[in-house]
Amino acid sequence: MVGFQKWRRSESAQGLFLISPTLCFALLLLAVPLVMVAALSFWTQDYLTLDRTFTTANYVTAWTEPMYQYLMARSLKISIFVTVATVFLAYPVAYFISFHVAPKRKAMWIFLITIPFWTSYLMRIFLWKVILGYNGVVNGSLMGLGVIEQPLSFILYNQNAVVLTLAHAWVPFAILPIFVALERVDRSLIEAAEDLGDSRLRRFLRVTLPLSMPGVIAATIIVFIPTIGDYVTPRLVGGPNGLMISNMIELQFKKANNAPLGAALAISAMGIVTFFALVFLWMNRKYVRGPS
Amino acid sequence: MTLPIIRLSGLDKFYGEFQALSQINLDIKTGEFFSLLGPSGCGKTTLLRAIAGFETLSSGSLQIDGLSMEGVPANKRPTNMVFQSYAIFPHMSVAENVAYGLKARKLPKVEIKARVAEAIDMVGLQGFDERASHALSGGQRQRVALARALVLKPRVLLLDEPLSALDKKLREQMQSELRRLQRAVGITFVLVTHDQEEALTMSDRIAVMFDGKIAQVASPQILYGKPSTRKVAAFIGMMNFLDAKVLAASGDNVEVEVQSLGKLTLSLEQATGGLNGCDSVGVRPEMLTILTGSQTSEREIEAEVTEVSYYGDMTYYDVKFPSKEDPITVTMRNTAGREVLEVGAKARVGWSTSSLLLLK
Ligand SMILES: Nc1ncnc2c1ncn2[C@@H]1O[C@H](COP(=O)(O)OP(=O)(O)OP(=O)(O)O)[C@@H](O)[C@H]1O
Ligand SMILES: [Mg+2]
Repeated sequence: MVGFQKWRRSESAQGLFLISPTLCFALLLLAVPLVMVAALSFWTQDYLTLDRTFTTANYVTAWTEPMYQYLMARSLKISIFVTVATVFLAYPVAYFISFHVAPKRKAMWIFLITIPFWTSYLMRIFLWKVILGYNGVVNGSLMGLGVIEQPLSFILYNQNAVVLTLAHAWVPFAILPIFVALERVDRSLIEAAEDLGDSRLRRFLRVTLPLSMPGVIAATIIVFIPTIGDYVTPRLVGGPNGLMISNMIELQFKKANNAPLGAALAISAMGIVTFFALVFLWMNRKYVRGPS
Repeated sequence: MTLPIIRLSGLDKFYGEFQALSQINLDIKTGEFFSLLGPSGCGKTTLLRAIAGFETLSSGSLQIDGLSMEGVPANKRPTNMVFQSYAIFPHMSVAENVAYGLKARKLPKVEIKARVAEAIDMVGLQGFDERASHALSGGQRQRVALARALVLKPRVLLLDEPLSALDKKLREQMQSELRRLQRAVGITFVLVTHDQEEALTMSDRIAVMFDGKIAQVASPQILYGKPSTRKVAAFIGMMNFLDAKVLAASGDNVEVEVQSLGKLTLSLEQATGGLNGCDSVGVRPEMLTILTGSQTSEREIEAEVTEVSYYGDMTYYDVKFPSKEDPITVTMRNTAGREVLEVGAKARVGWSTSSLLLLK
């Protein structure tokens, strides 16, 4: 009893009390559903009832059935493309703001970058449909200019459209961590590199880029993890060839009425994402060294 | 007469309206240890960065080794810099830091390796090659910064207050080490410092700067013994000032009326900055003596001790001269048998006319 009293006044106890609302929230809405999904993945759907005997059959199906393998690979491919495109688009913007915008204007630029968030993501997807559609802005303009005679069909309802739409949506999220990392690069290091004889490009490659890698890797994780599980975008602009693993998971839970298989697919996807996230984190260790 | 390694003429630097450097004319000789000394904000860093190529000149010209540096970027100049913060690359080891500039020059690997090892040896960091740069002490970082610059064998090494981040003991050790290193490599060093003692002990010549202008360029002895203005005299060491009025000048002699000391005849040489506008006389505290017993001096004056600070080897006295309000400082070496006077005691202060300087 005395021990408990003492613990209650300790710093760790106070910390625990402070985070307890958040903790409850996270447990209730994140951990519990996760455990339920995990449990579900080891059961079997028997028409309207659930057979609760333990089985790994769902996982065998998820990992061996060619269609699921194919969809998983496609999801990975799409999110790798999205991630690469996003980081390549975000880096120059972040670099520009950090190095070429006057210090007192930087806050305004960062604010401007958040403007796309003022409209809902669905609205932005529909905007892309308007832009890329059969009778959309791009086709309309190109036909009006006489560049093409038939509307281009490869720009909507396929994987390109998914990559484009997702990259556009995630660029702001990628700009921020890269910007922060670039801001933290000590400018005298870049001057030192110049002083030691490096040209502009060489000192970028040898100093600025490696020192901003933590930001690049953070951006990669931030973009890669959510896009692999995205299902709204492929559903709306992906067409039949742009569907991803999460569309299949949705299908299993709803129309196919096979929640356990859907759960096994979901847990498998999560495992793959976790694996990639760990690889990125491990890569980051190389760049994040002790205080300088 | 060899060509100066650095020649600055009519150099101006503006930041918007603010003039950070004005009309800098300066020659730095090949192989010398040159210091830029001045109070904070006087433009020392700006001048050094202008030489290195990090600041563009508003007007005037800069020549290094006889070549105009106009339009030459920092990476193409025969200078290297030791930054105040050292600017050690945090993602590289000690050896990688030192090799940085050699790799930029695309030298063969074997040569890089040999020169890096030599440079690391030279600054006394043997065995630290693979050490991550964040795991170094302040003194070690400073050595890495030095090695990284010296390994390139620049014509001029620029150092921006390289010792200011070190504690007193290490600073003194590094001062003599820097001096030794400079003699060994024979490279021209340009050192920025706001520490007059550091400048005096290390340099061949010193430029004293105030408010973006150079006040005097001279060797340490001349700077201390014959400062050209009252401001320089007050900045370098301690100096007592007495109001003075020039009465007449004829040939080599100047007649002056000095507060408390009366009418004197000084030689023209004692007006170190020229006779024009001289309105005070300066005398270093160690040029004055407190006479005891039967001691005599060329000149004597009665004074009252108002403050005594005992430093062990030295005693600093504040004494009040008749008809002068603020006290005069006299420093005395505490030699055997010398008594330390008390506050309020009467003292005979001995001085000589030759130790006075006529200043403006
Ligand atoms: N980029 C800049 N924009 C405007 N003013 C500047 C800039 N850099 C320096 N200054 C001003 O120029 C003057 C000289 O600066 P500098 O850094 O050369 O001083 P310093 O002699 O090196 O001083 P310290 O001993 O404190 O380092 C200062 O008054 C400073 O405020
Ligand atoms: Mg400075």
